Amino acid sequence: MEPTTTPVSATQQVKEKVTMKDIEIKGMVSAHCIIAVSIVMATIVPAVLLDDFSVYGTHLVWLYICTAGVAAVNIAIYTVLGVSPPTKKNTLSHKVTKVSKSCLYFMFSCLLFHGIIVLYGAPLLESASETFSFAVLLSTFTTLRCLCILGPNGQAWIRVFSRNGAMSIWDTSLQITTASSVIGAWLGAFPIPLDWERPWQVWPISCTLGATLGFVAGLFIAPLWIHWHRKQLTYKSK
Amino acid sequence: MKRVPVLALVLWICLLFYVGIWIFLSGFLLVKVEVNRSSSCKDELFSKHDSSHTEHFCWSEPRFKRAVILIIDALQFDFARFDPEIKDPRHFQNKLGVLSEVVASRPAHARLYPFRADPPTTTMQRIKGFTTGSLPTFVDVCSNFGTNAIQEDNLIHQLGQNGKRVVFMGDDTWENLFPNQFHRSLPFPSFIVKDLHTVDNGILQHLYSTVESSDWDVVIAHFLGVDHCGHRYGPDHQAMADKLTQMDQVIRSVIERLQNDTLLVVLGDHGMTDTGDHGGDSQKETDAALFLYSPSALFTAGQEKALQEVVPQIDLVPTLAQLLGIPIPYSNIGKVMVELFALGSPEDQSAQERRQAEALWINANQVNSYLDTYSLANKDLSPVILAHLKDTFLLAAAEYKALFGVPLAGGPEHSSRVQALIATFQQYLNQVRETCQASWARFHPLRMVAGIAVLAAACALCFITSDFADVVGASYRRLLWIPVVCGAVAGGGVALWQFVTRSEVDVLSSLGMAALVSQLSFFWNFCRRKATRVFAHNPSDLLNAAADAAQHRPALTWPSVPLVIFFLRCASLFSDSYVVAEGRVATFLLSSLAIYIPVQLNWAGRLLLLFEAQKSTPTCLPPQPSTPAASSSYKKESLTLLGCTGFLVASLYASHSFHGCRDEQGGCEPSAFLTPLSGLRDIQLRNFRYLLSVSSIIAWVCLVRRWMRHYGNMNSKSPAVLVARFGLPLVAMFVCLYWAMSSAPYEGFGNLQEVVKLALLVFPRAVYVLFGLGVAVVCWDPLMVFLKTRKEPATSLLPPTYRASTGVSLQAELQHLIPHIYQRMRKSLRAGEREGAGREDDGQPTVEAYGLGTVYSAPLLLVLALLGLVLAMLHPEGLMLSFMLLLLQACAILHMHSAATSLSTPGSRAGCFSVSWFAVLMWGLAATQFFYSTGHLPTFPSIQWNSAFVGLSEVHAGHLAPALLVTLNTFSSQILFAVSCPLLLLWPLVCESTKAGKRGRRAGEGEDREEAVMEMRLRENPDRFSTALLQLGARYLFIHGAQLLASVCAAAILRRHLMVWKIFAPKLIFEASGFAVTSVCVLLGLALVMRVDSAVSDWFKRLIPDHSR
Repeated sequence: MEPTTTPVSATQQVKEKVTMKDIEIKGMVSAHCIIAVSIVMATIVPAVLLDDFSVYGTHLVWLYICTAGVAAVNIAIYTVLGVSPPTKKNTLSHKVTKVSKSCLYFMFSCLLFHGIIVLYGAPLLESASETFSFAVLLSTFTTLRCLCILGPNGQAWIRVFSRNGAMSIWDTSLQITTASSVIGAWLGAFPIPLDWERPWQVWPISCTLGATLGFVAGLFIAPLWIHWHRKQLTYKSK
Repeated sequence: MKRVPVLALVLWICLLFYVGIWIFLSGFLLVKVEVNRSSSCKDELFSKHDSSHTEHFCWSEPRFKRAVILIIDALQFDFARFDPEIKDPRHFQNKLGVLSEVVASRPAHARLYPFRADPPTTTMQRIKGFTTGSLPTFVDVCSNFGTNAIQEDNLIHQLGQNGKRVVFMGDDTWENLFPNQFHRSLPFPSFIVKDLHTVDNGILQHLYSTVESSDWDVVIAHFLGVDHCGHRYGPDHQAMADKLTQMDQVIRSVIERLQNDTLLVVLGDHGMTDTGDHGGDSQKETDAALFLYSPSALFTAGQEKALQEVVPQIDLVPTLAQLLGIPIPYSNIGKVMVELFALGSPEDQSAQERRQAEALWINANQVNSYLDTYSLANKDLSPVILAHLKDTFLLAAAEYKALFGVPLAGGPEHSSRVQALIATFQQYLNQVRETCQASWARFHPLRMVAGIAVLAAACALCFITSDFADVVGASYRRLLWIPVVCGAVAGGGVALWQFVTRSEVDVLSSLGMAALVSQLSFFWNFCRRKATRVFAHNPSDLLNAAADAAQHRPALTWPSVPLVIFFLRCASLFSDSYVVAEGRVATFLLSSLAIYIPVQLNWAGRLLLLFEAQKSTPTCLPPQPSTPAASSSYKKESLTLLGCTGFLVASLYASHSFHGCRDEQGGCEPSAFLTPLSGLRDIQLRNFRYLLSVSSIIAWVCLVRRWMRHYGNMNSKSPAVLVARFGLPLVAMFVCLYWAMSSAPYEGFGNLQEVVKLALLVFPRAVYVLFGLGVAVVCWDPLMVFLKTRKEPATSLLPPTYRASTGVSLQAELQHLIPHIYQRMRKSLRAGEREGAGREDDGQPTVEAYGLGTVYSAPLLLVLALLGLVLAMLHPEGLMLSFMLLLLQACAILHMHSAATSLSTPGSRAGCFSVSWFAVLMWGLAATQFFYSTGHLPTFPSIQWNSAFVGLSEVHAGHLAPALLVTLNTFSSQILFAVSCPLLLLWPLVCESTKAGKRGRRAGEGEDREEAVMEMRLRENPDRFSTALLQLGARYLFIHGAQLLASVCAAAILRRHLMVWKIFAPKLIFEASGFAVTSVCVLLGLALVMRVDSAVSDWFKRLIPDHSR
């Protein structure tokens, strides 16, 4: 009996997994759409409400609004979805430690990004606030999502960014969006030396725009890629 | 070990590159030798043939006392023409109405010509052209590179010599070209292309008042508005219409103010394309307008033609010179405009013709004497043509003397002879100009394409050699000698054919043919070799081939990220902005690559940073490290990698503080370290900076010695060790003393001035001598190995221990030397004793060799340390810090490379000596980056000329030694990185020791485990060693060769670009010379390693029979 039943159950399991995955992917699509919309809104709404607002002219204002919007939406969505790893203790003090630890991680990642950006050639002293704002934006696109999905757990972060490290489709999407934001920011540095004298070549506008575009692209690529490869993607249980 | 084939292969590849560069440059860079002689009124027009008759340049009365020269930059001929039939004129048409109005109303006083410039049509080259009357080329080989000032004889110089007061206003390029030669000068900045009005309005403020005053003889006003307008908006724009209308007004106003003795010249230095650019050789760029006017009659009335013939730009020079009564500049090859000299009553035809013949005669004489001088200095003009020209001239001269040497004759026959003579002179001058143009002022598209083809094929060949180094190395007979023979035959054939048909040999074409044929033959043979798989005959070869194929699979699918980074690096050479910012681009790409390595390793699961707790979840752990010891060594390795990455990126950032500044970089401050100490006023700061340099030089020496001591290379009494012990500190000391002397202010010493001068000569020479001696000693006996033989007690059953034990020397004991034993040597000793000896160890002499593990890298490092000190001495003192940074950064890269190698290929790596593209690319980028961080820039004014006379007295230095020193100074970074290239191969093996040693010690039983044989691995596999060296050399050359190819293509494609002579061409020259220096140094580095290898072989040969007795 056994040899006949096992494959059936196996295929059933696979089917269940696939349907599970489909549902999850749909959830991800909607979540990512909301985040993308929040970025668009952060660009449009202030333009309507505020006088003399423009992405280039008052870049820092746009940057802060965008950062705050993305951060709020991210936190809200992932709290609602509950993707973050289950915790054994659910006490208040535990939650407080977790939140404070997350804040610490976030601050640390901002400083780290700031350092890396300066090492990559950003001016050290002048326009330091711009550089730091850019670091905050980049942290929002990368670290904050890590915090939301993985929690403040450094080892899990290191694990996620290895080939076999993803344990759910959220991990895979995290890989994709993080990589695309960083690559976008990296590519954004390319037009700066050119002598076109466009308003968006001023530091750090091209980099922030590159990071944002990369992030949005990552948001759309991630579900598509997962959908495309859903047969190959097998996640080990935690 | 195949030494000669490897070196020959690399040398052949280098030669192919050289041929490619040479062919390309001969088509792209037009070289002319400047003749630094100037004409004067006393120059005799008749040469020695006829000393009775003396006439001078300035023998005739000048036609005009004064001249106003208005230069309207980029005044295309179409802008100046007025065509009333155009109904709907475009913005640039029909705006300069004044010219045609004046021409129509006063035909004897004014004329408008198309005025054809020679390429390159850039402003500076054009100003040179219409003041010297010569064809300026990019590289005017002249005595002084450091300044832009024109060295050749020119109009401005002649005007000054003959007491004319020249007032200049406008484009400040003139001020650079003719420093301190104007009576009065009002320069305005020309650099801001966006600014249409500053220069023009500045001129207009002063122009009219100057013209009305009498304090001048020649006024030159150079308007830039039209050119800037073209660059900014293009010609067909409202702004251009406004600008041309303004120019129209200017010309009108000037004409109103002219007096009778004054000549007005309005000219455009070049034209512009439909997009407003210029620089190339299309007709729209070369055809400018020339307008001549004077209130007194200029031309014979009734002679104007409907269609004016085109006037070459340089023809203006002799014309202006003769009209103003000054000598024609010595280097002029222009032809005087004869219609301006046909003056007099229309009836007196013969007088007119006599004037014209005289003008041409003076002109032809000057051109002839210039050609004589030039052909003595340089042989680039064909002697056949020169002889022909000389004959023409002599015939015409004889005719001239016959006609005018005797008292006036008349008659129709005389008149026709004069006309024929005029025609002969004109023909002669035209021929001269055409000959020179063909040689100096034209790109040769065929040569450029051929050069690019040879270079591209050489790059491909280099790539094939690097990726199939084993195949190429194994069958070098077929892949090296046959192509070389084919190439030689083809090249010789072409040369012979040329010799037979034309009785002269064009070296370039035969060399190019040789290179191409040999490359094709290589590709052909390689494809056949690959297809037939010849190695299948021999089973062991087959095994090797299979193993190699397995190893090569990752190498063949080139890792995508280095490819992308390398592609970006090459692509950046196509943009002027990126070339200007190249120092930062290289740093950016290098740090990207550096950060990518740990990320990629983490992605592949090789980077063990997971903490102890994580080990409970083995699902995400890589499977390789099973034992805790291995795991800990992995962790250590990972931490090393991360630390080195951080250090590398930080030092890249720090290296920015040594950068110089280009003109094009606005708001850039050159590094404070670039000013020599003697230029510092503040004594405290000077002392502090000096101490900084001295401490970094000490650190340099100490680090190198410490490394050698750590690996046991400082024990023996061999001469190389003595160099490391005493030579290195001595060189450092002399360098410090030299710096102290050179930074001392001269005044402060009074009587000691002579001593200081002597010291400035002696110390650098001592450094050179010590360096030469050191290198010679290292080449003569490169082994830095200390050998110790010891008789074990015969009854001992213990296996021989290989620890550093008593009796080495007191010093060695004190310094905790770690001995490295060459275990295989023991085996070979046994083998030498024949099979009868069995397995017993008893009675065997045990040999301990110290420093054998770094037998290859130690001499290399020693030479590098010496070389680095010498190169640092050629730089300003402050840059020693940069050199220190270079050492540390190179060390970080090497450690990253070895850590990444051992992390990504765990387990055994014996026999796999392939150096990854990552490491080679980082090495190449670092060489570029340190070119900038040693304060250099790819521009000619930024060459550090001070280094030319370090240790040389300026009087009798000659040319060779200063040129060598400047080359060493300029390309010091390329030299250091190229010579140290073999370290990339050696370093992972050197780093192996610490790990293996620790692993062994921890396991407690050192004997059975794999010993740290370090670089002896290379000796065990001599074939693989030579293959690896070949591969490494080819890869490094490929990185630089592809950059060179990109630079060459950029220069060829963008040869019409505005910035080609300012940015791309200098960059190309620096890249090409950098490649030449790099390739030579790569060869030297490889040769040094091979010399060590041969010495090691000899050493073993001596050792083994000695002990087996």
